[in-house]
Amino acid sequence: MTRRDFGRRDASRRRFLQRSALGAAALGLTGCDRLSQSEQVADTLNLAQRLNLRVQRFLAGERGLAPEYPAAMIDPVFRPNGSTDPQAARYRELAANGFADWRLTLDGLVETPLSLSLDEIRALPARTQITRHDCVEGWSAIGQWSGPVLGDLLARAGVKPQARYVVFHCMDQLNGKDFYYESLDLVEARHPQTILAHSLNGAPLPTANGAPLRLRAERQLGYKMAKYLSGITLVTDFDDLGGGKGGYWEDRGYTWYAGI
Amino acid sequence: MPDTLSPPASATRGRRRHPLPVRLWHWVNLGCLVVMLMSGLQIFNAHPALYWGSASDFDAPWLELYAIRAPDGDIRGQTALGPWIFDTTGVLGYSAANGQEQVRGFPAWSTLPSYQYLSMGRLWHFFFAWLFAGAGALFVLYALLSGHLRRDLWLSGAQWRGLGRDLLDHLRLRFHGPHGGYNGLQKLSYLGVLLLALPLMIVTGLCMSPTFNAAAPWLLELFGGRQSARSIHFIVAAALVLFFLVHIAMVLLSGPWRQLKGMLTGGPRVTEEPAATSTTSTTSTKPSSHSGRDQHDAS
Repeated sequence: MTRRDFGRRDASRRRFLQRSALGAAALGLTGCDRLSQSEQVADTLNLAQRLNLRVQRFLAGERGLAPEYPAAMIDPVFRPNGSTDPQAARYRELAANGFADWRLTLDGLVETPLSLSLDEIRALPARTQITRHDCVEGWSAIGQWSGPVLGDLLARAGVKPQARYVVFHCMDQLNGKDFYYESLDLVEARHPQTILAHSLNGAPLPTANGAPLRLRAERQLGYKMAKYLSGITLVTDFDDLGGGKGGYWEDRGYTWYAGI
Repeated sequence: MPDTLSPPASATRGRRRHPLPVRLWHWVNLGCLVVMLMSGLQIFNAHPALYWGSASDFDAPWLELYAIRAPDGDIRGQTALGPWIFDTTGVLGYSAANGQEQVRGFPAWSTLPSYQYLSMGRLWHFFFAWLFAGAGALFVLYALLSGHLRRDLWLSGAQWRGLGRDLLDHLRLRFHGPHGGYNGLQKLSYLGVLLLALPLMIVTGLCMSPTFNAAAPWLLELFGGRQSARSIHFIVAAALVLFFLVHIAMVLLSGPWRQLKGMLTGGPRVTEEPAATSTTSTTSTKPSSHSGRDQHDAS
């Protein structure tokens, strides 16, 4: 082979490489968007959440506590997000009457279902904690929350052995149609800082923050902490609920494990 | 045209300039960092503002990308950095996506996916985070055990002392590293990336996780709170982008095809006494790729 042959092959190869690089770049840009719309890709990427759950649980332990803060760090206004003024007829009625007719039900796979009024819940021994709320969007706010420890209520109702998840039913419809809901596994539900908060910064929970009662799961992101609670159900799985992914945002692509 | 495809017949012994683990990690890491950066910007866009401390003082971010309506009715993209406000229409704050102007932090071409899709951005980010952290940990282990760190990356006494001069030479675009090895400034930037920037990315990333905060509250305190960790995560990511740009510039200035080939095939084998075989003057200005080889390999 002569030197000239080498040169020509080299030049055509270079052209080929340049074309390939351009093509790959163009494919890369639109390709990633196409990949993002593929359910298979989403499922594969989702594998990481199982790893996140296992590793983070191992590192934090089942009862490792989220940081708590001094009173001086409380934000004067706790930024509300998602639903801030539910329009559902039932919610409006209950709110108009100061939630006097509202009751929280605790049922499903329990020995003794419970139905509690707001006054009964306020009379229960409460845990007060000043914690940081982390929104999935990236911001944080600090507030003081008070309410009964969920684990105590679960113990009182008696969780049946086949129960695996705790589902929280809400009275708000963020998109005007589907009721908000969420779920925790029993480890997170029984965590000592997981409470049903009826107070924020020493006052009854404002409407924007979830009146009359909301969930606080302090090792999770904000979307896990269901507001405007009406019922709690213990289940083995949540396949038949909503979109089947265990929560309002989970049905819309967010990970069920929200510890990161 | 120099034939750089076949290695010199004499150099059958000696190791490759870039051993296989270095090359593998280099490209895996590039892929991971591109996905992490673009999905990271997608996540950032969900709340395009940064704060110091534990919580967000919404009235006083130190960095914010946003849009305003100007008195003439036009929408302008703005970037506020501390007390300074810049008009960044078209890139930051307000930019086009699919021909449609939008209020968004970083522009569509820089995020994964290109359109606003936080949950998908998070899926990409956390999946590739595991690849990135796993590959990085393996590479650090390799670099320690194989001697790559000590032999190729750690600065000699003379190099530590010569860093100032090295910096001036680089600024004048005069590169004359020692034959066969990296120069002091180059080593320092590699060490900075491998041992400081990349671990910082992982740790500050983890400090944004509320469950990880329960596992290691002391680490969160070390960084000054979650919003500080988020800010540091962003700043170190920006530093990595800067490293990437300088890295590419250096490759382009020192024989890009040869450099690229070197990082793909391993490059020519080098002997343990590299200076002995070379007669090329380090101050040669002859623009041949042979003199370029010794000057700045794979910055």
